Amino acid sequence: MTSTTVTRATFFAPTLGKRLATIALLVYVVYAAATLGLSLDRVEKGIGYGARFLAGFFPPNFTETDILPGLLESLQIAFLSSLFGTALAIPIAVLAARNLMPAWVTWIARLVIIFCRSFHPVIIAIIAVKAVGFGALAGIIALTFASVGFVGKLLSEAIEEISLKQIEAVRATGASFMGVIAFGVIPQVMNRFIGFVAYETDSNLRNSTMVGVVGAGGIGGTLFSAFQRFDYSFVAGIIICIIGLVMIGEVLQIYVKRVFR
Amino acid sequence: MTATAELQRWIRFTPAQRIARFAVFFAMAAAIAWALKTIQIIPEFLYDAPEQVVDMGKRMWPMDWSHFWPAVWPALVETMHIAAMATILGLIMGIPVGFLAARNATPFPWINAIARFILVATRSISTLIWALFFVAMFGPGALAGALAIAFHSIGFIGKMFSEGVEEANKGSIEALQAAGATRMQQIIMGYWPMVLPTFWSVALFRWDINVRESAVLGLVGAGGIGMVLNSAIDLIQWDRVSLVLFTIFIVVILIEAMVTQIRKRVI
Repeated sequence: MTSTTVTRATFFAPTLGKRLATIALLVYVVYAAATLGLSLDRVEKGIGYGARFLAGFFPPNFTETDILPGLLESLQIAFLSSLFGTALAIPIAVLAARNLMPAWVTWIARLVIIFCRSFHPVIIAIIAVKAVGFGALAGIIALTFASVGFVGKLLSEAIEEISLKQIEAVRATGASFMGVIAFGVIPQVMNRFIGFVAYETDSNLRNSTMVGVVGAGGIGGTLFSAFQRFDYSFVAGIIICIIGLVMIGEVLQIYVKRVFR
Repeated sequence: MTATAELQRWIRFTPAQRIARFAVFFAMAAAIAWALKTIQIIPEFLYDAPEQVVDMGKRMWPMDWSHFWPAVWPALVETMHIAAMATILGLIMGIPVGFLAARNATPFPWINAIARFILVATRSISTLIWALFFVAMFGPGALAGALAIAFHSIGFIGKMFSEGVEEANKGSIEALQAAGATRMQQIIMGYWPMVLPTFWSVALFRWDINVRESAVLGLVGAGGIGMVLNSAIDLIQWDRVSLVLFTIFIVVILIEAMVTQIRKRVI
């Protein structure tokens, strides 16, 4: 009795295409690593520096009175940019919804949304700092742009998914355009909208701790200057505070979403 | 009579729901009122802001296209490398943490808690701050940038992954368990095929984000097109600034269009 081996094609067996893709990926990784200047020697040295760095973090320093004002300013930036961003995003999202508006209007609104989305908040913050000077206002402007892009995109997609039957019903009663928006559109997207705003506020909170690096207010500026004077224990203290703040924000966001489900 | 009228009155939410909603709205209003009242804005800067913006706009036009091939293009290529490497590295680091954070794949609550903390912590430290670290460790350059974005991506990738794993179908995992598969085998043969669509969508989505992120790294010396932007801003060459901004805009739009197309076809 001879034993026969049975070979079967399985889901997990790599096909020729998969193998080629893997090889291509590996080749790319090696090539890109070489262009980035990744070498073992450099990594070894870097880990040495990193260890010294981490040692400098302990003990974290919370005592300085700079942390609290910076954090509060970050919070203010986050709240106000969410407010302004959302207020601007609602009309833009309505204009960008293809089921409510003629095509040429949606294209203009879409262009505005794409424009707001394609630049990182920090880049807009640099421009805003040049325009209105250092301080929280530049941060608010930068994050307002980001919020318009984010809320505008998601809200316009949500509006495009609504049921048109209710719109027709409202229109049949002779409602004006604003009436259609208020009683046909808004009730259908309200819950999702609040979810977007909660997420956006959370994300603004995170970004508001960063725009300070370019002088646009908030804790980021304090952090950056602590970095530049090699005050690593203070850096550690600030970072722990930021993580704490962001965690609180995330918990609140989940709570708000649950309330409005 | 009044009792039935009372019963027939239709109320959409329970009192608890209404209180919770009111609390949320009240908290929002209070937060905004507080922020508006206490924010410090220097009005002197605000007066000439329109002039400043108009002036900047004038200086930005026409763009300095002669700067494109010698400086902007190589920086753009470097940015793309940073974004791609950061996405690959981020996936390599983020997926294991995601599995450790998923309650069904790793049934040890304390490991879940640690993994979740790693996810939140890496996400809340922004790319620029990570970049400051890695520039201090590895010196200025693209390597620091790629590592910064990779570490910042861990949180997002891991979170999406752990959610994908937690939604996985229990039946096939139980079948594997019944066949005597080890935990590692359950992950490779059971969870992994089920989260493969999540893997692709997360990888694409994160790559899209990472291209945007890598455009700012240059501000702290971590390579990419941000370096060109930063030096142009420092040298007040606004016609070059506008060129860089325009390039970023076009690249981001192209990538977004590409990601949308791939998503439509593959996922």
